[in-house]
Amino acid sequence: MEIYWVLGIPLFGGLFLALSGNRSNAPEINALFSFLTLVAAAVLTVRIVAEGPMMAGDSWFFIDSFNVFLVALTAFVAFTTSLFSRPYMRIEKEHGRLNDKRLRLYHSSYQIFIGAMLLALTTNNMGILWVSMEAATLATVLLVSLYRTPASLEAAWKYFILCGVGIAQALFGTILLYFAAEKVLGAGGNALLWTHLNAVKDQLEPTVLQLAFVFLLVGYGTKVGLAPLHNWLPDAHAEGPTPVSAVLSGLLLNVALYAVMRSKVLVDGALGNNMAGGLMMGFGLLSVVVAAFLIKRQTDVKRMFAYSSIEHMGLVTFAFGMGGPVASFAGLLHMTMHSLTKSAIFFAVGHATQSAGTQLMDGIRGLIRTNPTIGWGLMLGTLAILGMPPFGVFASEFLIITTAMHEHPWATPFLLTALGVAFASIFGKVQPMVFGETELPRLPHQPALTPVFMHLGLVLMLGLFIPPYLADWYRQAAALLGG
Amino acid sequence: MTLSYHLQVVNLLAALLLLISFAMLSQRRIVGLITLFAWQGAALATSTAIVAWSTGQHHLYWSAALTLALKVIAMPWFFFRLVRKLDVEREVETMINIPTTMLIGIALVIFSFNLALPISQMSGTVTRSTLGIAMACVLLAFLMMITRRKAITQVLGFLSMENGLFFAATSASYGMPLVVEMGVALDVLVGVFVLGIFFFQIRETFDSLDLKHMEKLKER
Repeated sequence: MEIYWVLGIPLFGGLFLALSGNRSNAPEINALFSFLTLVAAAVLTVRIVAEGPMMAGDSWFFIDSFNVFLVALTAFVAFTTSLFSRPYMRIEKEHGRLNDKRLRLYHSSYQIFIGAMLLALTTNNMGILWVSMEAATLATVLLVSLYRTPASLEAAWKYFILCGVGIAQALFGTILLYFAAEKVLGAGGNALLWTHLNAVKDQLEPTVLQLAFVFLLVGYGTKVGLAPLHNWLPDAHAEGPTPVSAVLSGLLLNVALYAVMRSKVLVDGALGNNMAGGLMMGFGLLSVVVAAFLIKRQTDVKRMFAYSSIEHMGLVTFAFGMGGPVASFAGLLHMTMHSLTKSAIFFAVGHATQSAGTQLMDGIRGLIRTNPTIGWGLMLGTLAILGMPPFGVFASEFLIITTAMHEHPWATPFLLTALGVAFASIFGKVQPMVFGETELPRLPHQPALTPVFMHLGLVLMLGLFIPPYLADWYRQAAALLGG
Repeated sequence: MTLSYHLQVVNLLAALLLLISFAMLSQRRIVGLITLFAWQGAALATSTAIVAWSTGQHHLYWSAALTLALKVIAMPWFFFRLVRKLDVEREVETMINIPTTMLIGIALVIFSFNLALPISQMSGTVTRSTLGIAMACVLLAFLMMITRRKAITQVLGFLSMENGLFFAATSASYGMPLVVEMGVALDVLVGVFVLGIFFFQIRETFDSLDLKHMEKLKER
């Protein structure tokens, strides 16, 4: 029952805000809908943790520990982002970069985007998974181009075309999956239900599934931002409004990786070897290395953190590719940490760019003097994402690297070099932004920094102490991934 | 006996589909391209309907009807209106090298026939031999997207790729489950409308739909 609320609230919210989003309290309504979604997701989570996996709606929806964890994370970050976007978008409007009409589009698309991601996470049908991933892309295309600047239009166009082509590959993968499934399960809607496929995965034709996985990985991998398919990601993150960058980076990438993981479980069962894992490790490692060296060359702060997202998603993909209980656990933990930390960073960066009036790092200086809370938020967030203890990212990265040392020692030098390069370049660039000399003015509105410190507090807590029930939950989810 | 007769018609339509893909690859005028896209949709809808009729797979009628409604009627109409509104009816693309593109296209067809061979041997459908053509259509549409510099032609290439994928689904496994096909069709429809809005934004900002203005965002 809760599942209908989880999906219904954002979709209704999207419609409602589309029809009557011109009012001045639309940002509050947006936050309210996000809050209700969060409550529904929390109720659903409590129930799954207590009662175990469940099917709903005539096996249309399937929820287990793995996806309910992502549902909770998605609803949480969506809520905090809506809190952040309230003052942020008001300031943008005062700066004349947005008007009421575009804000209405923004609020409505925001809710639909969240709804589409939640549908992708909870559906049991691999075809509907594809449909909702594409819907999530379409909902954000016009958000990336919200400012209507030449650069933002180009970014949105790239986003649409590259993700469109990518996701067309995923559709072909889904067709191949159905083709293999139909022989075992018979034609009709049931043949694409993940639970049904999972039950018969050892009977599926291995050669077809192998081909299907390649297409699914390339397709959904484009949306995860895996190198060399990552070109759309830095542009879309840098040119869109900051709340959109935060949800793209913190949530959409996770959902795309979720789709890959669901396919991987099936393929592993059918093939009985680690072909899928090997491919994911390769793509993951390449993304980590490529992103780390590109970070060094960035001048735009949002672009730099977008590349950092590619790096971290690569790390998670690598961890899932290694498989096994520890690596999968670490991957899930890192996914959570990255979502929370990276969205917190984008919140801080958003306000920092507003007060400086530029996204270029050379123009942002001395935040600690003019806006101390923003400065501290950015500094702590940066330290957290760079894997400094005692933040949670340290714990997950440590687990991933030690597992890699143990099982795939050849990969360790690449990982360590990349993490070192990323550390040096990001820290070297953020430090003067926070501590340098400045004459920048303060922000006119009180910035919304509660979400930043809420996220960082959670990351800190998880780094110091993971509550036993949470660890249990992660372990259950890791076991579902074939750990 | 009737089955083989139907099969021949389906094969003929598949060949037509491939021919239209090549024609699209070489068509420089935008209006001509939209017409070809409509014809491709028509060939796809007809062949899906014939497969539905001859094999008794009733859900394929829905698929054919969807294709007819969206890709033969709604989208071409929408695109014709769009080019008239944007006033780009007479525009031609000059940048493409047709003979080379055609040669690459032929290589792609050979490649996809080889790729499809093992899969179509496993397939139990009567239409399995057309799987290679379906894959060739997908790759040719992809090639078209790479070679073109205009926003509308890239989108037409994208939609033509979608056509190829639907044809692949029909020939390998008599289509996808109906609800998935409906969902995909809905996404495509929404996507085209979003792009319609988007074209006007591009046009407003750049004064042209040529993508050569949109090459600023690069790694330096």
